Amino acid sequence: MNRRSNTEDFDIIVVGGGHAGCEAAAVAARMGMRTALVSFQKNTIGAMSCNPAIGGLGKGHLVREVDAFDGIIARAADDAAIHYRMLNASKGAAVQGPRIQADRRLFQASVQRQLAQIEYLTIIEGEAAALMFDDSDDQRIAGLRLADDSEVRSKAVILATGTFLGGKLFRGEERLSGGRIGENSALMLADQIRAAGLPMGRLKTGTPPRLDGRTIDWAALPQQPSDDDTWTMSAMNSRRAVPQIFCAMARTNQRTHDLIRDGMDRSPLFGGAIQGQGPRYCPSIEDKIFRFGDRDGHQVFLEPEGLDSHYVYPNGISTSLPTDIQIAMVRSMAGLEHCDIIVPGYAVEYDYIDPRALNRSLAVIGFEGLYCAGQINGTTGYEEAAAQGLVAGMGAACQILGRHMPALDRSNSYIAVMVDDLILQGVTEPYRMLTARAEYRLRLRADNAGTRLTPLAIEMDAVGSMRQSAFQVRSAQREALLSALSQSVSADELLSAGIGVKRDAGRMPLIDWLRFPAVSVDAFLTMLGKSEDYPIDLQLEVEQDGRYAPYLLRQETEIRDIALNDRIHIPSDFDYRSIAGLSLEMVERLGLARPETLAAASRVRGVTPAALAAILVHAKRADARRAMTK
Amino acid sequence: MDPIDTIFALSSGAPPSAIAIIRISGPAAFGAVTALAGRLPAPRRPSLTRLFDPANGGLLDEALLLIFPSKGSVTGEDLAELHVHGGKAVIHAIQRALAAVPSLRPAQPGEFTRRAFVNGRIDLNEAEGLSDLLSAETEHQRRAAANMMGGVFGRTIEAWRLELLRISALTEAELDLSDEDDVGEQNNRSIAEACLLLASEIDVVLQLPAAEKLRDGLRVVLGGPPNSGKSTLLNMFASRDAAIVSDIAGTTRDVIDAPISFAGIPFIFTDTAGIHEQISDSIEKIGIARAHEAFANADIIIWLGPEGAGPDHRQLVEVETKADLGSVPIKTDGSFHISGATGLGVPALIDDIVGRAKNMLPKADGYAVNIRQRDLLRQISIFLNEASSNDDWLIIAECLRQTRLGLDALTGRTHTEDLLDTLFGTFCVGK
Repeated sequence: MNRRSNTEDFDIIVVGGGHAGCEAAAVAARMGMRTALVSFQKNTIGAMSCNPAIGGLGKGHLVREVDAFDGIIARAADDAAIHYRMLNASKGAAVQGPRIQADRRLFQASVQRQLAQIEYLTIIEGEAAALMFDDSDDQRIAGLRLADDSEVRSKAVILATGTFLGGKLFRGEERLSGGRIGENSALMLADQIRAAGLPMGRLKTGTPPRLDGRTIDWAALPQQPSDDDTWTMSAMNSRRAVPQIFCAMARTNQRTHDLIRDGMDRSPLFGGAIQGQGPRYCPSIEDKIFRFGDRDGHQVFLEPEGLDSHYVYPNGISTSLPTDIQIAMVRSMAGLEHCDIIVPGYAVEYDYIDPRALNRSLAVIGFEGLYCAGQINGTTGYEEAAAQGLVAGMGAACQILGRHMPALDRSNSYIAVMVDDLILQGVTEPYRMLTARAEYRLRLRADNAGTRLTPLAIEMDAVGSMRQSAFQVRSAQREALLSALSQSVSADELLSAGIGVKRDAGRMPLIDWLRFPAVSVDAFLTMLGKSEDYPIDLQLEVEQDGRYAPYLLRQETEIRDIALNDRIHIPSDFDYRSIAGLSLEMVERLGLARPETLAAASRVRGVTPAALAAILVHAKRADARRAMTK
Repeated sequence: MDPIDTIFALSSGAPPSAIAIIRISGPAAFGAVTALAGRLPAPRRPSLTRLFDPANGGLLDEALLLIFPSKGSVTGEDLAELHVHGGKAVIHAIQRALAAVPSLRPAQPGEFTRRAFVNGRIDLNEAEGLSDLLSAETEHQRRAAANMMGGVFGRTIEAWRLELLRISALTEAELDLSDEDDVGEQNNRSIAEACLLLASEIDVVLQLPAAEKLRDGLRVVLGGPPNSGKSTLLNMFASRDAAIVSDIAGTTRDVIDAPISFAGIPFIFTDTAGIHEQISDSIEKIGIARAHEAFANADIIIWLGPEGAGPDHRQLVEVETKADLGSVPIKTDGSFHISGATGLGVPALIDDIVGRAKNMLPKADGYAVNIRQRDLLRQISIFLNEASSNDDWLIIAECLRQTRLGLDALTGRTHTEDLLDTLFGTFCVGK
C-alpha cells in the first residue's frame, strides 16, 4: 500500500452526478477507496439529459464493457427499459448493438439505489467552487472547495461535470447561459480550469423539442415493438423487469422542409452565432435539409420517455430554430398534426478540454491527482461518458493504491479504443463511438464483453462478490462447452445428424466446423445429446468465436507487432523538436498527444515509419541518460 | 515474452559474388538451421555442411555455418550465418527455403540494427550514428515517396485510395449506420463488383515488369537439350555486348547468369542445364529443377529445342541453331535460324529481343513498381477478391480494412478518420 496518509476526508472526490461521475465514484468505491460524489442536487444524480435511450451500435459495446467491470449503467438500463432492440440483428454478432429505451424516472432511481448500496461511497450535495492544491506543490491536488466555503480534502479529484464550461444555449434569437435547461453552469470552477492553462476547444450539440404524447395520433403511425427475445443489457440480469411499450415512426415531408428552409435565416447555426463544430453523425434537422435537401423525407423515431410520462422524444429533429417554426415543422408531419411541444429544442455550445492533455488513466498530464471524464473531454453520449468515468475512477484508485492500470488496449476493448483515440487524436467534433473505430472489431463483441474483461476487473478488485461468483459459474460452463466441442467429427457424421456440410470436407474438431455458416453450436449439442447443458447466450458466444476464428488468427501478427512497440516507453516530457527530420506538423501533433509508448506514437495521425524509427532511437537514448544520472 | 518473428536477409553485398552471407536472427534461427542442415554446429565454430530444402529434400548448396547464441550475438538474439556460394540462383533458392520455415520472414531494411539497438547491443555513440543513418533514410524515403506520389503511379494509387474509401464507407455505413434514417440496405452485390473492378485494375499493374527490371535487367533464359548450342549462343551474346560485360558467375552444372546490355536495355542472360529425360546424377537433377525455376521467372525464353517442346511462356522465341551446317531448316517461319559459329542470324535475334523488351518495359511517362510494392499490391488484390466472394458484411469490412492497411503501407496516408470523413460525407445520418 502506498497511501500517503489518512488525513484527508476522502481518497477521491468525484464532481458531477452524470453517467461519468456515477461510474467513476462507483468503481473507486468498489476498489475500496473512500469516495465522495459531489452533485449540485442530490435528486438529479443519474439524470438522462438528452435522449432516453442507452446503447446502440458501438455504444452498446461500451455499456456491456462497463458492465463487465461491474459498473452500474447496464443494470440501471435493465431496471428502466421499456423497449429493447438489438440493432444489426441480421448481421454478425460483432456489430450487433443492444439498445434500450429507458423510463427516465426508473433509470434515475436505479442509479441512485445502486450508488446508495456501495460501501465507502458518500454523496455530498453542493456546488463545486474550486480545486484545492497542496501547500508545497501547486500541481498536486489536495481537495475541493464548495460554494459554501467548506473544504473537502482528498488525494484525487475527478471532474465529470459535463458541459458546464462556458455553456451557451441557442434557440432562434434566444440566448441562455447554462448546461441543461434550468441548471446553472459551475462558473467559478470553470474560471479556475481556464486559468490553469489547459488547452481548450469549443463544440456544439443539440436536442430536439419534447412532444406531448397525448396529442400524437399513434394509430396513424407505423409502430416498432420491443424485441421478443429475452436478452438484457447486464450480464447480471436474465429477464425484462418492466412492461414493454412500442415506439413509432413519423416522417418529414416537402412541406416540413419548406418550413425549415424559410426559417433558416433565424437559425443560430446558419446565422454564424455558433462557431463550435457539431457532430456529423447527429446533425440538426436544418443541417440535414441544408446538406441533403434533395431527399423527399427524413425519418423521425418517436420515443416515449417513460411508462407514466407523456413526454415523447422525437429522435431525428434536433434543432435550434425559433419555437414558432419548431411547432409548425412538427405539425407538418402525418400523425403529428395536432401535436403540442412541451419543451422546444435548442443548441448548446460549450468548451471542452482537449483530451490530448490527458494520459490513458484520463489524468491531466502535469498534475497529480486531477482527472477528467465525460463530455468535458469532448465526447457525447451516456455510454462514452460512463466508460470514461470507469477509466478515470480506476485510474485514480490505481494511482493511490500504487497499482498498474488494467491491461486495456485496442485489441481487447472499445473502452481502450475510445481513450486511445481521445488522448492521441483529440477531437474535432463531439466524439461518439462507432464500430468502425475498432480495428479489431471482430473480436470486440458486445456478447463477449464479460469473457474479455471481467477477468481484468476481478484482478483489479473492481468487482463485487455476486458478479465474481456469477462469472466463475459462467467460466466453468464455457470451459465445459469448449471441451465438448474439441471432439473431432467427420463430415459424414455431421451429415447424418442433419448438419449441412460438404461430404468431402474431412474430419476436424467441432469448434473448427463452426467456420461454416450452416453449422451451429445448438446443432452440435443436439447431436451430442447435451442441448440442455448450456445457456443460449454462451452457445452463441462460442459459436461466433468459432465462426470468425480464421480471421482472428490472421490479425494475431498485427496485434503482436503492436505489443512489441508498446513495450517501448516514451517519457512524457520528451522533446520532439530535438529529433532532426520530423516535420513541424508531426512535432506539433506528437507534442500535444504525448504518446506513452512507441505503439501509441505510431497511431498519431501522419506519423511515418521512418519518424517512428527516429523516435525510438531518441527515446532509448533519453532512457539511458536518465539511468546514468540516477 | 511475446513471440517475436525470426528474420533473415542477405547481409553481404549484391550478388553475384564469390561468397554470400545470409543472416538469420530471432528465437527460431537455430531451428531454421537445423531444418536446412539437419544438425546444429557448435556455437561460434565454423562448420562445413550441405544445406537441403526442407520442402523436397533437394540439395541447395554446400555452406559454412556459424551460430551465435543470444548472449554473445550482435543482435542480442540467437543468430545464425550461412556462408554460401554467391550465385543469384543459389541465394534465391536458400532464401525461399528459409521463408518457408514457420515464423521466419525476410527482414525489413534496418531491422537487424534495430533489434541490436533494442536489445542493448549498440552503445550510445553507435546510436548517434544510427540516428544519422535513419534521418538519411528518412530523407531518402521522403524523396522516394515524393517522386512516387507526384508521378503517374501516385495518381493511380490516389484514385484507388479514393475508390477504396468509397467502398469502405458504403460497407461501414451498412455496419454502423443501418439503424439510421437514410442509409438504405446496401446491395452487397454492387460492393462485390466494385471490389473486383478495383482488383482487376491492380492486376493490370501487377502484369507490368517490376522496377527492379530497369536496374537489374530483363531475364532472358536459354533453354533446350544438351548440345543444342546454348552456351555457344550465350558466348556470342556476351562478345557482342559493347557496354557492360561482367564476370560470368555461378557454379558448374548450375544456372549461369550473364548481365549484358543491348541498346541501353539491361538483360540478364541465363544458361540452363540441359533438359533431357534420363537423369542419373543427383546434382544434375537439382540443376534441372533450377532450370524449370529459371523458366518460371523468365521474361523471355530463347528455346533451342524441338519446336513446340519448350515451356509454356508468353515470350518464347523459337530458335534453330547450327544453321551453318547446310542443313534444311526444321523450324517453321517466324523462328530464327542462326549459326553459332559464323554469327549468321544473331543480329536479327537480338533485334527481336530488344523489341520485345521495349514493349515490356514501362514507357517514359509510365511507371514501374518494385518488389515491395508488388507484394503489397498482390495482397491487396487477394483481399479485394476475398471481399467480393463473401456475403458477411463483417468479413467484407475486415478484408477492406486489410486492403486499406496495404495501401497505407504504399502511401502512408490512409487513416480511420479518412474513412469516417467519406462515410459522413456520403450519407445523411443522425436520428
